[in-house]
Amino acid sequence: MDGQNLDLAYLSLSAILFAIGGVGLLIRRNPLVMIMCVELMLNAVNLTFVTFGKMLNDISGQVIVFFVLVVAASEVVVGLGLVVAVARRRPDADADDLRLLRG
Amino acid sequence: MITATTVTTTGTGATDMSVEVAVFAVCAVIVILGGLGVVLSRNPVHSALSLVATLFAIAVLFLNLNAQLLAAVQVIVYTGAIVVLILFVMMLLGIDTDDDLETEPLVTQRLFAVIVGLFLLGAILAVIIIGGNDAVTGAHSVTQALVTDGYQNINQLGRQLFTTYVFALEITAGLLTIAVVGAVVLSRRPKDVQPIPEPESMIDQGDEPLSVTTDEGAH
Repeated sequence: MDGQNLDLAYLSLSAILFAIGGVGLLIRRNPLVMIMCVELMLNAVNLTFVTFGKMLNDISGQVIVFFVLVVAASEVVVGLGLVVAVARRRPDADADDLRLLRG
Repeated sequence: MITATTVTTTGTGATDMSVEVAVFAVCAVIVILGGLGVVLSRNPVHSALSLVATLFAIAVLFLNLNAQLLAAVQVIVYTGAIVVLILFVMMLLGIDTDDDLETEPLVTQRLFAVIVGLFLLGAILAVIIIGGNDAVTGAHSVTQALVTDGYQNINQLGRQLFTTYVFALEITAGLLTIAVVGAVVLSRRPKDVQPIPEPESMIDQGDEPLSVTTDEGAH
């Protein structure tokens, strides 16, 4: 396997990981597991960015990963804040119970 | 073989292709199994541990791609902060009980979800496979060409972050501050904690039932 094919293998791996995360986001109802699935998808995108940076011989692919990391951290912080706020009122709520956007 | 391994571990660029392929193969298996573990585990704690395995394998893949700083950041930020935060919330709320995965609240929802996922996967893989080596197009080295030395990688990333992307970096700082403030506001304990679905108590209507004292004591 030469370098180009290995790069394509990296892209395929991140495509598989992205699809796994997407399916998990659709079928799971526990909000914490859904957050973890979003993390899987963001990591797949990070892997794609780094691979693109290698294929195009450009450092920007790695710089963008930093910004994705920051967005992921913010998303987790706000998402967990929401989970805590909801669970304080309804301890056994899942994603289906929260369709009204109010506690 | 020994020299190739030391080259890879010291981060000065993997020269031997077979080592790179072997590392990729092992990590790819861990990534996929960990991802499936996140989705299919009945217990959320097991999902979080599978997520840790996946994130570690991706960090190794970053090393394999000569992104040494990102590999370290991946381990520190994701496994050190984000997953630990998720586990903390899990333990704090005590919702580490098993989920019921057998019943399907929306009929055929999973079937459609898997179909959508396979369609998505097929679309991306089609682009990659049909496009082949032309799948990624674009100008080479728009900002700066990669250097493959470990120390140079950190140097180069920092230089780019504080020159070309300095405005985005400042916006990022604002985003993090807003997220922290938002989390504090969201998780602040409100003064009138009462479950909303409960009906109004009779105190508002002027009555004073006997259970008022215990009710007040609970607050």
